[in-house]
Amino acid sequence: MTELSHIRNFSIIAHIDHGKSTLADRLIQHCGGLTDREMSEQVLDSMDIERERGITIKAQTVRLMYKAKNGETYQINLMDTPGHVDFAYEVSRSLAACEGALLVVDASQGVEAQTLANVYLALGNDLEIIPVLNKIDLPAAEPEQVRAQIEDVIGLDASEALLVSAKSGIGITETLEAIVHRLPAPKGDRNAPLKALLVDSWYDSYLGVMILVRVVDGVLKRGQKVRMMAAGSAHQVEQVGIFTPKIARLDELGPGEMGYFTASIKTVADTNVGDTITDDKNPATEPLPGFKPSVPVVFCSLFPVDAADYDDLRDSMGKLRLNDASFEFDPETSAALGQGFRCGFLGLLHLEIIQERLEREFDLDLITTAPSVAYKLQLIDGRQVDLHNPADMPDPTQIKAIEEPWIKATILVPDEYLGSVLGLCTDRRGEQVELTYVGNRAMVVYRLPLNEVVFDFYDRLKSISRGYASFDYEMDGYSENDLVKISILVNNEPVDALAFVCHRSQSENRGRQVCERLKDLIPRQLFKIPIQAAIGGKVVARETISAMRKDVTAKCYGGDITRKKKLLEKQKKGKKKMRQFGKVEIPQSAFINALKMGDD
Amino acid sequence: MNSKPAPLALYVHWPWCLSKCPYCDFNSRPADPANLPEAAYLNAITAELNHYASQTNGRNLTSIYFGGGTPSLMEPQTVAQVVESASRLWGLHSDCEITLEANPTSVEVAKLRGFRAAGANRVSVGVQALNDADLRALGREHSATQALRALDIAGAVFDRFTFDLIYARPEQTLRAWEKELSQALAVGSDHLSLYQLTVEPGTEFFRRNVREADEDLAVKLFYLTQEMMQGAGLPAYEISNHARPGAHSRHNLTYWTGGDYVGIGPGAHGRIRDQGVTSATHQISDPARWLEAATKHGHGTAKVRILSAAERAAELLLTGLRLPEGVSRERFTEQSGLDIMQALDPQGLKILVDAGLVKLDDSTLCVSPEGRLTLNAILERLLV
Repeated sequence: MTELSHIRNFSIIAHIDHGKSTLADRLIQHCGGLTDREMSEQVLDSMDIERERGITIKAQTVRLMYKAKNGETYQINLMDTPGHVDFAYEVSRSLAACEGALLVVDASQGVEAQTLANVYLALGNDLEIIPVLNKIDLPAAEPEQVRAQIEDVIGLDASEALLVSAKSGIGITETLEAIVHRLPAPKGDRNAPLKALLVDSWYDSYLGVMILVRVVDGVLKRGQKVRMMAAGSAHQVEQVGIFTPKIARLDELGPGEMGYFTASIKTVADTNVGDTITDDKNPATEPLPGFKPSVPVVFCSLFPVDAADYDDLRDSMGKLRLNDASFEFDPETSAALGQGFRCGFLGLLHLEIIQERLEREFDLDLITTAPSVAYKLQLIDGRQVDLHNPADMPDPTQIKAIEEPWIKATILVPDEYLGSVLGLCTDRRGEQVELTYVGNRAMVVYRLPLNEVVFDFYDRLKSISRGYASFDYEMDGYSENDLVKISILVNNEPVDALAFVCHRSQSENRGRQVCERLKDLIPRQLFKIPIQAAIGGKVVARETISAMRKDVTAKCYGGDITRKKKLLEKQKKGKKKMRQFGKVEIPQSAFINALKMGDD
Repeated sequence: MNSKPAPLALYVHWPWCLSKCPYCDFNSRPADPANLPEAAYLNAITAELNHYASQTNGRNLTSIYFGGGTPSLMEPQTVAQVVESASRLWGLHSDCEITLEANPTSVEVAKLRGFRAAGANRVSVGVQALNDADLRALGREHSATQALRALDIAGAVFDRFTFDLIYARPEQTLRAWEKELSQALAVGSDHLSLYQLTVEPGTEFFRRNVREADEDLAVKLFYLTQEMMQGAGLPAYEISNHARPGAHSRHNLTYWTGGDYVGIGPGAHGRIRDQGVTSATHQISDPARWLEAATKHGHGTAKVRILSAAERAAELLLTGLRLPEGVSRERFTEQSGLDIMQALDPQGLKILVDAGLVKLDDSTLCVSPEGRLTLNAILERLLV
């Protein structure tokens, strides 16, 4: 066990691609956590998707032993935090487990919106922050400008910012020294009842659920019976250990230390990030502050392309949920798409990650419907219902009011694109909260309905700012609005999976856009196909896909027959990507692309 | 043994041309006419005749078709020897149709009498267009005047002759095609093949990104053609083929009605049914490699594949539905071993029948005249 004075707990805050993982790798390497041979690039991001997208989904921690220049050896715990807004709560818990943070900023890029959000979370948790300017050896590096930016935008003293190139190994010792001397040691009482923060949990196929904790007071021991204070469940601790980053078993974790334990817990759904773990017999009186159960805010439906894969899909989602309790799913039946599931996610990225993992790790072909949000409906009969699927919207005559979730969005954008960004926000029913100029960039804070953001807002933002705008958001409550459900009819039949909710003032416009888009997305067929958008029984927009008139092959002799037959087989295969709806065939991709708003 | 042996057609492929036309995706290679390996070719073809004849014993030939390439580059003597061998090996049906494709250049036209003497009784002239600018654009070596002269001679030499035109050419208007087709009808042949230009991958036109006519115009051109041909007494008996009653190409009808054919020469395809099972044969495409293999092993077959009932069914429908009379259910069952309903997707069939695009009764499955223009999309929906 290490004295509190010789422990340092910190995390690294950085925007995607600003070099967080590379810096972590260098620190691990420097402290001998892994030999060079064992060092694969970016040790901490263990999932394929994490590595490909350059983001961290699950928190992890590494204990390093660093012999400082003063001759003392320190236990340094590096907490790797999820790097995306969808996981803001998880990030805040990871940060709450630390006393300090390295704020890594790419010296050639400057501060981005995501960095800001996480810095504010860190400041909110009273963390000591050390600014680190990374990639200083790039020709485009402008350390002085970025230093000024950190002071202007974030209000942090950056005069002692570290100059680092994680890639080239510049400034690594200086960083470790700063961690030891500039970050505070943790406080805690070894003799008090156990209080440990549940930072994260995941399912390991050999060990079951592994729980990542930061011990605040008391000691967590092998064999001890512990209690989760929010969940109210008790478990016998089986294994206690740390990552170096290799797994290493210990007898106990003391105050100020981070590590994992296992306790025969079957699913991560039984563990809540932010919960307090205490001793079952000698419990703490008060839990640690800040616990919040996670609530999905974005919803979409997933259907197997091949109806025979339904059971596989259910099983696969069950397996994913073992490791991600924030992802929810319920069976759903769609007239257009058959049997599937309505799923809830923490945010857009979370949705994408789950969908991608289902397709990649479980080899499933999925049809995804356009994402939507959770509306709160007040019905005439006094009932309150949560609406997770536009298709389930009751008849308007039964609805007294509809409330929709709002967000507070922070966007950092170079001046020259500010006009377009403000236009986009206004278009999406945004309300400006704040506009601050920071050098040649502007920081805009807007309140926006989540419904308007959930879909292609981020893509649009990137495209109108040529990729320069960065964006972050937090949930900002519900408010009532004049919202309507738009039904889409293809060949005079409503397609439930294409229904959506929007503000009444935009209903005609959106209806027309979706009809026009479907006209492009649905290939011409043997028949004329009318496409309509309707509110209740009233058609607000209409387009027609004309019938295909000629596709016959001119010549068909000896060799052509074989060729033509192969072509036909290929076309038949291509048709598997289509969904039969009445006599119309709709490509799977249309179900999500139809609602994208594009450039109009 | 069957009292009435199943009829059999013979296709003979000649792969060489003077030059490659920019629209052509057939197995043809430009070659110097002075250096054609004609003797070796004849030996190889003779070997393949023997090879396939031994597999189709006792069946008479109802047609022979010399296609290419440009078979009129052959010496009439070569044609004569092939016909003679075929006749000796199989025996020719009493009214066996023997067609040879010819180009309208003067040298080839001069050989027409020779081909007639060699046994050919029908000639198919590759005219393609009747105006010089388009002929040049299509890469043809003849002029419109030469083409008309060649047709005159073909008519004088052969009882039966036909010629090809390509229409829906880039920038071709309805009026221009109407005029050109009238000129073609004035020639007075009893058979015409009229193909809309398609730009196939691997062709010069494809590389140059030549655009096919837009759909609206293509449809109008097609209907204009149907109307004019019908009016002239040569209605369509297949998507692109027109004839006076009784003057259709018997050889080509064999393809479309699921009959058997032996295909020899480089890249030739064949379909041979034996005891209810149909094999698809395919000869080596590359002329030099085919020559070598056929000379060495007695045949240049690249592949023989037994077609599954489903594949066979697909072929029978994709060829048979090109004909106005459609597919005979009885013959379909005989040729594929399946009831036609086993080959059709019930939901697709219902949609198509309801829309009036497809008609099914006890004896026949056929596609409406408008439906035939979208046959590919119909087949996609119709087949299981």
